Amino acid sequence: MSVTTRVQAEDFDVSAEYEALRTVTTGAGAIVSFSGLCRDEGGRLSALELEHYPGMAEKALARTAEAATARFGLAGLTIIHRFGKITAGENIVLVIAAASHRKAAFEAADFVMDYLKTDAPFWKKEHPKSGDGGWVAAKTSDDTARARWDSVTE
Amino acid sequence: MRLRLVYFAWVRERIGKAEEEINVPDHIKTVGDLIAHLTALDEGYAAAFEVPQVIRAAINEELVEHDEPIAGAREVAFFPPMTGG
Repeated sequence: MSVTTRVQAEDFDVSAEYEALRTVTTGAGAIVSFSGLCRDEGGRLSALELEHYPGMAEKALARTAEAATARFGLAGLTIIHRFGKITAGENIVLVIAAASHRKAAFEAADFVMDYLKTDAPFWKKEHPKSGDGGWVAAKTSDDTARARWDSVTE
Repeated sequence: MRLRLVYFAWVRERIGKAEEEINVPDHIKTVGDLIAHLTALDEGYAAAFEVPQVIRAAINEELVEHDEPIAGAREVAFFPPMTGG
């Protein structure tokens, strides 16, 4: 079982990370890869600034990875979350989940993203093309999405 | 008690600093007490903690509720709801 979690400023290479996980994972029949990108919000946004809490961010990723691998019986999992200035179209987050079957892999990736949204100490500030930026507000839909994992049994 | 405080996002901006060390009076027992104590210090803290129920807190890098005791804490963090992912 291979688990990798990283918090980093630099970009990641999705295919390299996929290959790295695939080659060390034995017994997997399915790998789901999810990448979250910086939207330009209809051309309004030039970049996002991602602030994080060093130390706690790494712990949050590790804990989420641990919960996901136990819950979905994963064969491997990679979670990478970037911080710093990220321009529109660039990668922010990567989740790659390897499991025996596709359902567990899909659900694990979904679960990890729901947990990262509400429990990982990152905050996004918008850099609009013109004018002053503001902090992105947390969505109650993110809390709802995370809470559904409390009631679901797979 | 000597305590290290760290702030993030708009909490940090409103307070005007990212971190500080303060002496906490003995009657301050919980995270909630600490928020009330800081709020009374000046306008920046008051603005940061204007709506205390939205503020998230962590003790030694672990998320906690506002009724959590701060006894034994090394570092307390205050920040808005997280927006990562």
